[in-house]
Formats: sequence, C-alpha cells, structure tokens
Amino acid sequence: MIAVRTHHGARALIGALAYVEDARGAAMGEVVELRQPGQPPRRGQVIDASDGLTVIQILEEPIGLAPARVAITLTGATAEAPVGRELLGRTLSGVAAPLDDLPPPIGEALRPVWGAPMNPVRRRPPGDFIETGVSAIDGLNTLVRGQKLPVFSGAGLPALELAAQIVEHARAGAGEPFAVVFAAIGITARETRLFVERLRASPARSRTVFYLNEARDPTIEQLMTPRFALAQAEFLAFDAGMHVLVVMADVAHYCETLRQVAAARDEVPGRRGYPGYMYTDLASLFERAGVLHGRPGSLTQLPILTMPDDDITHPVPDLTGYITEGQVVLSRELHGQGVFPPIDVLPSLSRLMNAGIGPGKTAPEHRRWADQLYASYARGREARLMATIVGEAGLSDPDRRALTFAADFERELIGQGHARRTIGETIAVGWRLLAALPRDDLERIDDATWARRPGAAP
Amino acid sequence: MTTATVTRVTGTLAEARPLREAGLYELVRVGARGLLGEIIRFKDEVATLQIYEDTTGLAVGAPVIATGAPLTVTLGPGLLGAMLDGVGRPLARLAAASGDFIAPGASAPTLDPARRWAFTATATIGAAMRGGDVLGTVEEQPGFVHRVLVPPGVSGELVALASGDYTVDEPIGRLADGTALTLAQRWPLRRPRPVAERLPADRPVVTGQRVFDLLFPLAEGGAVAVPGGFGTGKTVIEQGLARHADADVVVFVGCGERGNEIAEVVQEFPRLIDPRNGRPVMERTVLVVNTSNMPVVAREASVYLGVTIAEYYRDQGYRVAVMVDSLSRWAEALRDIAARLQEMPGEEGYPTHLASRLGQLYERAGRATAAGAPPRTGAVTLVCAVSPPGGDFSEPVTQASLRVAGGMWALDASLARKRQFPAVDWALSYSLYVDATAAWFSEAAGLDWAAVRTRVLALLQRDAELREIAGLLGHEALQDRDRVVIDVARMLHEHLLGQSAYDPIDAACPVAKTGRMAALAVAALDAALAAVERGATIDELDLPALRRAYVALRAAPPDAIAARAADVERAIAALEVRR
Ligand SMILES: Nc1ncnc2c1ncn2[C@@H]1O[C@H](COP(=O)(O)OP(=O)(O)O)[C@@H](O)[C@H]1O
Ligand SMILES: [Mg+2]
Repeated sequence: MIAVRTHHGARALIGALAYVEDARGAAMGEVVELRQPGQPPRRGQVIDASDGLTVIQILEEPIGLAPARVAITLTGATAEAPVGRELLGRTLSGVAAPLDDLPPPIGEALRPVWGAPMNPVRRRPPGDFIETGVSAIDGLNTLVRGQKLPVFSGAGLPALELAAQIVEHARAGAGEPFAVVFAAIGITARETRLFVERLRASPARSRTVFYLNEARDPTIEQLMTPRFALAQAEFLAFDAGMHVLVVMADVAHYCETLRQVAAARDEVPGRRGYPGYMYTDLASLFERAGVLHGRPGSLTQLPILTMPDDDITHPVPDLTGYITEGQVVLSRELHGQGVFPPIDVLPSLSRLMNAGIGPGKTAPEHRRWADQLYASYARGREARLMATIVGEAGLSDPDRRALTFAADFERELIGQGHARRTIGETIAVGWRLLAALPRDDLERIDDATWARRPGAAP
Repeated sequence: MTTATVTRVTGTLAEARPLREAGLYELVRVGARGLLGEIIRFKDEVATLQIYEDTTGLAVGAPVIATGAPLTVTLGPGLLGAMLDGVGRPLARLAAASGDFIAPGASAPTLDPARRWAFTATATIGAAMRGGDVLGTVEEQPGFVHRVLVPPGVSGELVALASGDYTVDEPIGRLADGTALTLAQRWPLRRPRPVAERLPADRPVVTGQRVFDLLFPLAEGGAVAVPGGFGTGKTVIEQGLARHADADVVVFVGCGERGNEIAEVVQEFPRLIDPRNGRPVMERTVLVVNTSNMPVVAREASVYLGVTIAEYYRDQGYRVAVMVDSLSRWAEALRDIAARLQEMPGEEGYPTHLASRLGQLYERAGRATAAGAPPRTGAVTLVCAVSPPGGDFSEPVTQASLRVAGGMWALDASLARKRQFPAVDWALSYSLYVDATAAWFSEAAGLDWAAVRTRVLALLQRDAELREIAGLLGHEALQDRDRVVIDVARMLHEHLLGQSAYDPIDAACPVAKTGRMAALAVAALDAALAAVERGATIDELDLPALRRAYVALRAAPPDAIAARAADVERAIAALEVRR
C-alpha cells in the first residue's frame, strides 16, 4: 500500500457512500478521512477500489458533506484497533475513542480489526464448564469456555439482565484471570445503563471494557464496533491468557445496518432484504470465539439478538443459529407468568454441552438426567397443547402426569428468580421433580443411574 | 508467465489488465503477498479474478502473475489422514508457516514433498499402458494399499519402472515418449475423473443408524441430501457416518461451517478405533475444511476438492463416502460470486446455473468399473447436508438437490426440540435405494428386510392417524387395540428409530441388531393385538415389562444381543400375565 494521498472533491455522495475518481492505488479496506471546512472530520473505508470510481463507505453521519468541498485522504492503512490490558475498566466509543474523559487508549499493540481466521487444526475443542448459576443453562444447555452462545430475545424481554447475571456469576475459577468485553451495538443508553449498573458493584466492573455505539451514535459505525471489541477480546484471551466473555447487544441492529449499506449499493437483496452474504459476515464475528492449543486463555461470546416479531425463522436469528453453537431462547409466555429467567429450553440448545458435562466436570449422571428432563417436559408441553382441545380429562394417564410435571418444571427448575444456583443445586432440583413421576415414565434413565440418584435406597 | 496489474478490487473479486495471454480458469498470484486467485471471466481488455484469500489491503496497481495452470489438486499417497483447506493446502503446514491464525498468501504443497514412500512396481516393462492402469502399490497407511495409476489420458509403452523409495515428485518410471511417471498426479478440480463403465447400485453403505438402514437406506454409489434447519442434527449425522459407515475411505468436507466442530473431529478421529481393522479412523479419513470465516471463494472449491479426492480412490478400486457439511454454503458461495459479477439473479438471488451445477456435482457420485487394468470397481457415495433458511424446504438448494439425489433424510425441528434424535421426519423422507439394497440387508440380518420395513412403516402410519384422532377427541375415544398401537409405536419411536450419538453402544448399530429390534417390535405389536382380540384389556398387558426388556436390548453390547433379544421374546410371550 502506498502513502497518504488527498483528493479534493468527490464525484458523487449517495447516502453513506462517497465516490472518488482516479483514487490511485486505493486498497480494499483502506482507512479514509473526510474533511471539510466547518464540518467535523469523518472516517470511512474503501469498499470498492478501482482505477475508475472508488467507493468509500462513510462511517459517520454524512449530513452536510459537499462533493465540491470535501477533501478525501486515503491513509495507506487498513483499520486497526488499540488493544491491551490497560483498556480494562475503560469506556470507549464504538471505534475505540475515549468516552471516559481519559486520553485515547494506546494499548500494548495495534491489531487489524478484521482479524484473521483461526486455523481449525490449532483450535482446542472447547470443554471447560462455565458455571453461570442459571439452572436452565448449567443443567440443560451447558455453556463452555470458547463457545458462542447467543440469547434469542424478543422486544421487552430481559436478555441484558440475564447476560449481566451470567457475567456476574460466571467468573473464572479461583485465581484465573478473567475479563469482560461489552459491545453496545445500537442499543439505547438505558439498556447500556442497565447492564453497567448490574456490574457496577461487582468486581467484574474493573475487568470490563465497554465499546459503546448507542442508538444516537452513527449507525454505519455499528459494523466496526463488534470488530473493535473482538480484536481487544482476542488480545486479552490469546496474548494475555485471560478467560474473556464478550457480550454483544444487539446483533439485530448490526444486521439492519448491514442491510442498509447493501441497499445503498443497489446490491441484489436476499431474504427480507438482508444481503446474501450476511451469513458469512456474521460468521466473521462469531467464529472469533474459541480456545487454542498451547494458549491458556479463552474467548466466549454471548451475543444478544432481538427476534423481530418473536420469529425464530427470521433471517437474523436463523443465520445466527446456523453459525453459533446453540442458542438460549427467551419466552414471552414464561416472562408473562413472572418466570425469571424466562428461558424456553425446548428451542434452546448448547451444541457443546456434552463436552462440558459428566464426571469430574458437573455430575456423572448429567447427560441422562438432562435427557429425561427434556423428554418429560416436552411430553408435558405437548399434553398442554392437546389439553386445550380435548381438555385434561381427554389425556392419557402418563400425559396427565407429564402436564403436571411441566408446570412444576417451569416454576421450580427454570423460574429460579435472581438467586444463584450451583450445578449441584440444579441437579438436585431436577431429581426432585423427576421423583414425582413413576419409574416407568422415566425411560431415558437406565437402572444404574436410577440407583445412584440422590435419595435412592442404598 | 504473463504479468498484469490490478485495476479494481471489490470484496472477493478483482479485475486486472492486460491478461490476454492467459486462459479461463487459469490460476493467478495477486499482489505482493501472492494471493491465490483464478480468472473467471474475460471481457474486453479486463480479466475478472476470484480471489481465494482475504483481499483486505489489496490495492489498485498491484501486480498479477498468471501461473499458466488451472486450479488442480495433487493426488497421491499421503492424502489419507490429511487435513486440507478448500484449495488443498495442508492446514498443519499453514500453521507452521503463519501460526494459529491463517495469514493470506501462504502456500504449501498438498502432499509432503520430503516424505519417501516404499513403492512396489507391479506393471511389466514393455507393456502398453493406458490411463488408469496400475503401475504398482504403496502402503499408504498400515494395511491400506494405495494403487499408483497411470494418469487419465496418458498412454504409451512402459520403458522404465522400478520399485524403491520415492518422494511423490520423483520419477518412478517412464513411457517410451519420455513421459515421466510419478507417485502423484495432478487433476483439475472441477472435471470428473473418467471411468470405464458406470454401474447400478447393488448394495448399501451401512450407516449404523437404524432409521436409515431400516427405512431409508443409503446405496453404495448413491447420493442423499440431508436438509434440516439449524440444530436438527445434520452435523451429528454426517460425523456419525464419517465414524461408522462401512466405507474404505471417507472424505469429510467441512464447507462453510464451524471451526469448533472440526476441532472435535481433529481431536477425536486419531483416537477412535475402527472396529473393522483395529486402526484409527483418521487413517481412512481425508478432511477438507473451509470454515464459515475462511474465504468464501475457497468454499466453492472445497466441495470439488473433496469429490475429486474421492474419485481418485474410487479409481483405485475403493468404496469411498463423501460427506459434505453443508452444501448450502457451497451454493451461497456461487451466489456470492454471481452477485459480484452482476449476473442476472434467479430464485432467491441464486444464479440461474445453480441447478445445473448442483446436478453435475451429484452426478459425480456412483459405482463404476475403473478405467485401466487390472479390473477394479469402486464407488463414490455422497451425503450432503443442506441448510434451508428458516428450515423451509421449498427453497432452491433443497429443491434442486431433490431433483438429482436418490434419497432425502428430512430432519424436523419439532422432533429436535423434543430431543428425539435422529430427528428424521419419516413421512417426508425417502430413499430410491430400498429395492437395490433389500437383498443385501436380508442376507446380513437373516430375515426378510423388506417385509419388516413395510410393517414398521405401516405401524408408524397407523400411529400417526390414531394420535390425530386422540388429539381431536381425547384419549377416551380410542379403543384398547388403538392404544396398543400407540404404545408400541411410542416404544418404536423412542428406542428403534431413536438413537443417541453420545452413547458408545448406541452410536452405531450393527445391521443384525437393527433387523432383530425391528422384527421384535412388530412381533410385540402382533402379540398385543392378538391378546386384545382375545378379550384382554390394555391394563392386563404387561407393556411396561416389554418396554424394559426392549430398552435393555437397545443398550446391549454385541455379545449380549442374543440374550437380551431372548428376554424380549419372553416378555412378548408373557404379555398377558399381568393381573
Ligand atoms: N443422534 C443424536 N443423538 C444425540 N443428540 C443429538 C443427535 N443428533 C443431534 N443431537 C443434538 O442436536 C444438536 C445439534 O445437532 P447438529 O448436528 O449440530 O445440528 P445441525 O448440524 O443440523 O445444525 C447436537 O449438538 C446434539 O445436542
Ligand atoms: Mg451443522
């Protein structure tokens, strides 16, 4: 890449795109500065480099830019993020500018915000149990270090509250260094505050870096915010050896911005107007979670996304679910009944659960215990649906028992409130619920497991 | 070698001028880092390049060097056990070169150029050789004979050939016209390798999954699509097949999916022992990996790379199974490239050539007599996961797959949510290989496979009807003989069709056990119905005891199957003793 060059005037300005003629030597992803007398400086990046018309995406609000007056400087560099341990405790903008009255972060290194794909053969299969204190997660959709497990939420459901609770509880084991990276993507200041306040009293606060692009901030910048956050998280995890939890909210806003940019470029729209490459784009964020051979740290992601219309088949949750290692799905119905956390375990999934549970990690009988709870609860939910048509009296005996079980399960296992449960406590609650059913209803529990259950006659 | 300069870069595509001497699909090296690219279009003076690596930082004016050759794969000993990226670079060597994160521009030969292989010549000097003829053998893995073949299209009198230790590039012999013969040969990825004759399917690939082997069998040389929304179990099925399918060679193509899933395979397969030869499963496996965050264009190549490697082992006379997870990501790569070329989009933005490209790909599956002597037959079997947006099967990739595949294993999100795995929708799934494989299964299991299969399907059908009635009118509306059907069907869903991938015994089921379990379920139904016919009420039947015995049979290790099956028979005989 060649050195800094400045062009006076743009050929065209269309929305957040600037077209520059003859931008000699422009490079894909090159960082651009746009200056105009009487206007704040703006940043942009090259998204189509050409010896004809080069296209620049402007990251800030373009209002007031004038084609004849704007000076466009190609900087000769691609976007880099300052990263380092000293960023812990700081509050930064979506592109790492200080928001906390401190000087701009210098960090220990500059890293390309786009990152590079982990070599799959260098990945260590994740398998270290993270105790979140939440029964529906620890017991039934276990989270492990290096996993990416999003929360699928609906408008008004307490996803951030749940995330804050997990972050507070899921601190690494004794003495192990941990850190939290929070990326606000287009959420409101109120939502951010809710999260920050939950953390304020906790020791996690000083171990957290905040990257804030809130609803009032430039939207295009949202495409960069998670990447600045992830560059920092990668450094903390893989250079500084920390166990890093990344919370990103809200991925739906990110996707809308992606759609907006695609539309501005007249790209062929995919499902519901989202660009066809959205899967790949989201993967370039989510796949940055993991653990590596020979390195002590880990990068775990808890992205939060709001399902438009509570529709899990909407492209945003759909593509996310295709990339992430499961999902925690919140239910409006449970929320309405006052169940906290309102997690619907049936559509929820942790694909890495199996690697994180069992003897020496959680409980030897964890797998079968969870399978049986799932089977009985699913049967109960089906019976509930059937009962709306034929009435409870129209159910078979086992279905009626499952119906009662499902209600108890939601109230006692899922609805734990804000208290924290150890994995041992979670397993005990589950056994207590199962004990209410006759042995013949518990087909997923083998005799050996049954004999070892707590309270079994020796 | 021609050189040119970049005139435009946008995403994964670049344009360069002038490249008049170069040809379509010729490989190029782009920019100072030498990014790998391919010429995919010439228009006026401008060549369009698709770049197989991250283009961030690539600038207008950067040099482009045409290499004179198309994208090829090097085929030879050393592929088994290899882990390659989408364009055939060994991932371990990339890691040695650039560390834990992949840096663009790295190059590494597919096969280790330093490794020596003990070659045993079998062809006779002076013989007239044709493409596909066996020159000799190399023991590629312990007990695995790699047949070294004359490359397709090459022929002539063999004037030199000698046993000895060779690297893949050293000449092992020579033809009269001077053509040097080596252990390795190159082949363009997108072109099918020739065979002497294509053969019809005549036996299954045993999957070890009861629901497939019994109801929707996979034929050797067949092609099956596995559509399902996220979390329905596609990857577990594909990986289960890679572990347990009775193929000689397995090629697993991780196309645009998760890195952690690959990490699991990389960790597990070298330790997992193949019960048929006592060797690690990794020794029969080739991994081709292009995860979702690796460059999109290489995703398109990765599937062809996998299939070409499979054809190469087929040509040696082996039964090869290729798992593609997921073909939708391959199709999306096509869409991405077409969109950037501003081609006219077809349905859902996919290029109009999607269906034909997909058809050509599926066509590369098949059983065949290999070209050349001595005679060999081999097969490429293809199992492709398909990831329909929103789990809706009406989308183009699923539909185009169904037009050319010989079977569909349709996965259902509502079953997956209930944790009923494998979440196979038995009403929607099908296999065109039922007839071609029934005789083999019957022989292997010692029973009439087709007859048992028909009975099981009929029971599932009846159960679905009855449950619909119960859902409308209540359980009370059912008579005892209907309740018996529902009860036995529940056992069948849970324990015959259901199979846990995480239970060491249940993960793969031998054919004989599958047959036995299916036949016993049918016998149990008949016995229970006969008892009701004789006037017994359902409460008088000891169905719970039957179910307990059946669960024990399902959990039985190979040496206990006979005893547990006998227990089930006793439970059937004693059905009426309760009360
Ligand atoms: N045969 C099976 N036995 C047990 N669990 C399974 C089975 N198949 C799928 N699962 C469960 O479903 C999850 C999702 O399966 P996966 O194959 O990753 O789905 P997909 O590839 O379709 O998204 C797995 O992580 C596992 O928990
Ligand atoms: Mg999958």
